[in-house]
Amino acid sequence: MIKKLLACIREYKRPTILTLIFITGEVIIEALIPFITADLVNKVQQGAELKGVVQTGIILLIMAVISLICGGSAGFTCAKASAGFAKNLRRDMFRKIQTYSFKNIDKFSSSSLVTRMTTDVANVQMAYMMLIRMAIRAPLLLTFSIVMAYVMGGALATSFVVIIPFLVFGLLLVARNAMPAFRRVFKKYDRLNESIEENVRGMRVVKGFSRQEYEKEKFAFAAETIREDFTRAERIVALNTPLMQICVYFNMLFVLFIGSKLIITSGGSVINVGDITAMLTYGMQILMQLMMLSMIYVTLTMSSESIKRIVEILDEKSTLTDPENPITTISDGSIDFCDVSFKYSERAERYALSNVNLHIDSGMTVGILGTTGSGKSTIVQLIPRLYDASVGKVMVGKKDVRQYDLEALRNQVAMVLQKNVLFSGTIRDNLKWGNPDATDAEILKACELSQALEFINSFPEGLDTMIEQGGTNVSGGQKQRLCIARALLKKPKILILDDSTSAVDTKTDMLIRRGFKQYIPETTKIIIAQRVASVQDADMIIVMNNGEMAAVGDHESLMKNCDIYREIYIQQTNGGSINDD
Amino acid sequence: MTTEQNKKPKFNKNTFFRVIRLLFKYYPVLVPLTALCIVFSAAVSSIPSLFVQRVLQAVDTALKTGDLNWDTIKTSIFPTVLLLACLYVLSVIFITLHTQLMAYITQGFLCKLRRGMFEHMQDLPIRFFDTNKHGDIMSYYTNDIDALRQLVSQSLPQLLQSAVIVLTVFFIMLWFSVWMTLIILVGVSAMILVSRKIGGGSSKYFVRRQISIGKTEAFVQEMMNGQRVIKVFCHEEAAINDFDKINEVLYDDTFKANAYANSLGPIINNIGNVLYVLCATASGVFLISGISNVSISGLAFSISILVPFLNMTKQFTGNLNNLTQQMNAIIMGLAGAQRVFSLMDEEPERDDGYVSLVNCTVDENGNILESEKQTGKWAWRHPHGDGSVTYTPLQGDVRLFDVDFGYEEGKTVLHGVSVYAEPGQKVAFVGATGAGKTTITNLINRFYDIADGKIRYDGININKIKKSDLRRSLGIVLQDTNLFTGTVMENIRYGRLDATDEECMQAAKLAGADDFITRLPEGYMTELNSNGANLSQGQRQLIAIARAAVANPPVMILDEATSSIDTRTEAIVQRGMDKLMEGRTVFVIAHRLSTIMNSDVIMVLDHGRIIERGSHEKLLSDKGVYYQLYTGVFELE
Repeated sequence: MIKKLLACIREYKRPTILTLIFITGEVIIEALIPFITADLVNKVQQGAELKGVVQTGIILLIMAVISLICGGSAGFTCAKASAGFAKNLRRDMFRKIQTYSFKNIDKFSSSSLVTRMTTDVANVQMAYMMLIRMAIRAPLLLTFSIVMAYVMGGALATSFVVIIPFLVFGLLLVARNAMPAFRRVFKKYDRLNESIEENVRGMRVVKGFSRQEYEKEKFAFAAETIREDFTRAERIVALNTPLMQICVYFNMLFVLFIGSKLIITSGGSVINVGDITAMLTYGMQILMQLMMLSMIYVTLTMSSESIKRIVEILDEKSTLTDPENPITTISDGSIDFCDVSFKYSERAERYALSNVNLHIDSGMTVGILGTTGSGKSTIVQLIPRLYDASVGKVMVGKKDVRQYDLEALRNQVAMVLQKNVLFSGTIRDNLKWGNPDATDAEILKACELSQALEFINSFPEGLDTMIEQGGTNVSGGQKQRLCIARALLKKPKILILDDSTSAVDTKTDMLIRRGFKQYIPETTKIIIAQRVASVQDADMIIVMNNGEMAAVGDHESLMKNCDIYREIYIQQTNGGSINDD
Repeated sequence: MTTEQNKKPKFNKNTFFRVIRLLFKYYPVLVPLTALCIVFSAAVSSIPSLFVQRVLQAVDTALKTGDLNWDTIKTSIFPTVLLLACLYVLSVIFITLHTQLMAYITQGFLCKLRRGMFEHMQDLPIRFFDTNKHGDIMSYYTNDIDALRQLVSQSLPQLLQSAVIVLTVFFIMLWFSVWMTLIILVGVSAMILVSRKIGGGSSKYFVRRQISIGKTEAFVQEMMNGQRVIKVFCHEEAAINDFDKINEVLYDDTFKANAYANSLGPIINNIGNVLYVLCATASGVFLISGISNVSISGLAFSISILVPFLNMTKQFTGNLNNLTQQMNAIIMGLAGAQRVFSLMDEEPERDDGYVSLVNCTVDENGNILESEKQTGKWAWRHPHGDGSVTYTPLQGDVRLFDVDFGYEEGKTVLHGVSVYAEPGQKVAFVGATGAGKTTITNLINRFYDIADGKIRYDGININKIKKSDLRRSLGIVLQDTNLFTGTVMENIRYGRLDATDEECMQAAKLAGADDFITRLPEGYMTELNSNGANLSQGQRQLIAIARAAVANPPVMILDEATSSIDTRTEAIVQRGMDKLMEGRTVFVIAHRLSTIMNSDVIMVLDHGRIIERGSHEKLLSDKGVYYQLYTGVFELE
């Protein structure tokens, strides 16, 4: 898992390695400074010459400056490495997601994909930055300090034999107890926030039923529970500070008392006054680094969840692949379903579509009616191979859709989705999705056909009108008409409208269909609709029910033979007749 | 970039003191106690240099005089070490105490704030929720509370601690040597200068990075939502190219912001090193050249001063560094606090109503008597200025007289609307989006207050009725069904909290929801989450109808309750609705005309005015706007 992630470092290996080098340099010098300072202090104590003292001082100064340069550069390269790593992660994830099939997309909700690409990547970036800065610094400084302390202090360094195991044990104990406690709390905390969100969203319901007091009580209970759990978890972590202080204090007393004894008994030969400074500094350094290591441990375990979620995206394999020798041309717009059954997930018990056999001639207009969940959308999604049939085969232009190059197939089978989306940008930008090379004349023609021209012209900026994210500044009906125009610009052999005129008034709806008949007679047109009026004059109407084709025929024959169709018809016209013209 | 985005966040004194005041208010004993513990332990951790100096002086003298008897020296330094040990033990106790207390106080403080915010939020008018983005409101509870947590649990105690240490250490340094202290002060000024410089650059890039993150998030969100459209149009390559550009910018801004921030620590740290070295060298020079010392203590310069002094250099710079770094966290925390306070300071919904809804019985003479018990009969209890009380039976007669209303002052959206709904009548509103249909219902339950005109419920001006009682007498089913986390049963019971299980099931049966609920894996005990994501739109709507049914109010408001359901499913929901509407006054707003055709009165609204009113048949024969809508010439979006 980690391997997969680290493979994304790529060109940022260089700054990563540079960081490690700079930090090593900084650490070596930092570890040497107290050593040489002690030497200086000893020299002073023994009454050395001014010249010698100044010389050592200058050496120390140069060392400190080098350490400063190393430290500063490490900060720089480390920022580059971690930001670059994060960039590559996002880049790879985005690319990977672009290869996903509809089936893959169904697996992840779009909000979860967004969180993975933002929050989770940010977590990993933080962890990586900490890792390359601290993971080498802490152990290195630790080892150096311990070695130096032994070299200088000899017996004095035995205090570390006591302190280090004590502190390591203590820190681990705290981390191991605190982490699961925190994880539990965070889950509860998420739930608390979810319930706040419910309240914010449903405030009309809360107030409508006068349930404010009830909600307050409910919230108070949840908030108090969380407070108890949080306090418990934080109190465990809070033990770190006194633990650390005990060690610092112990070291101080030990060095002071035993150090004095050593100096006196040896007459200053084994250890000297200057060494005491170094021992105190090293002691501090050792303890700080142990603390750092425990922080790294916590950060890494905390970010493991994010790592898992990122790798999940990178590991997901697209369920649709291009065939080996793909066909790139599609002869005509005929469609055949041969014994097709389909379910969205292998584990699903029921087929969403079962035993569909159907032939549609090129250039036909086909209407599909049925309740929600009856399989209307499912059946058309198999045509541009958004999903593969579980059983049987779907053919376009007399060839199995799985033999075509995916892009070629989808370019010839234009589909206007039910949950349609316009992107931020001008109307022209959006329409050019259908054909990047479309001229203004072509765009306007498509808009005319989809009855969008009139309202586009009413905007002062015309085609250059900006669409806001999610298309919130155009009405539902206008949005649908723009989406149809976008699909028309593909000049497809097959055009599928999945409930794409539901917000358009009946008259415009009719004009759109009339335009289709007149200007794109060769294109096979499949129209899914709620309104009978939208499909009434189709060459063929399919009535879907519970994933099966309940009936196929034209309006007259269905009125005679199909109960469901007749029921829908009567319900919508309420016995009266609809004035369609 | 606008100037506002470039503005550096500032330390806000008022907010700072408000946070402190609140802390003291919530924990009048514990907060000062904790502060005392912090001051004491910080002081203790800064004085060992005094002890070190005394011990080392003894050792140094011994070495110089050659009197190397450990036992005599031991007796002279032992009391010092013992005293230090005692102070340390005390300090550890205090540290343990204040860190534990801090954990307790922080969480208690946050919990109180959270509850305060939530309770205050419940009392805010609907206008607040209509004018603020839900994401922004949520951010008070997540981001801002998190920032406050950082402030209270870490920044404030560290601020106090570092300040105490810096001060004590500074005085001890002066105690030892003024010359050396001056050297350190010069070094420290350099440190502060550098950190200001770098810190300034860093905060500029942090703002840029924040903007970049926002842009990337918005882009990714748009693409992920439109992923299916991207696939259908084979637009993957173009999307990747666009993303690469945005991603590169984010990388650049993150890199620069972090480079500044990352470098600051080591640079400050190493200036500390330089200072340490300078001190060591300078003191060496002082000692050897015999420059006379100036100090508060009057101590001469000696090796026993040098050693602790060097340690203090580290302590001084370290804590000063700490202080500067905490400043950023404090400013961020205060920004969070300010937002939290702004929510708490929002004006709550006012309720001057004094007419209340009470249970009642009716005696043989037709007089209404108030009852303590549940009688199933309700009356408005109307106290008057002269002390007398009159009772009006709850019937569900709602009348609007010449009502004007605007969401913003000066922008009237309803003009002279009059609607008379007698008990049991069904009144429908039809009109384009923005014509004012929902606005009318918002006024009846006083989510908003009218600007002019009058609304009467059972003949009582609704301004005189307690809001909670008024709303209790009105049931609502909205287009966006909001269910709550909990079981199906709990969701239905939301309508009337004292309803029994049987009554809830009865309501579900009435709404036609019983059928699908019993087929759910756990039946009525099925847990719903994320607003009932595991149910279909129609099923959610049925539960919402059952919820309204169990409340059993005399007046119902159905706002686009069936618009996102297909016509066949609607037929099922409609049956539930029809049952629900029986014997009640009902206001219906519907997109589909089939839903409202059988209403007693249909009001056609246009730009806040009622332009046509009458029954379905009358309006059709009038051949006006309603007729055109009905025949599909007009678009209703």
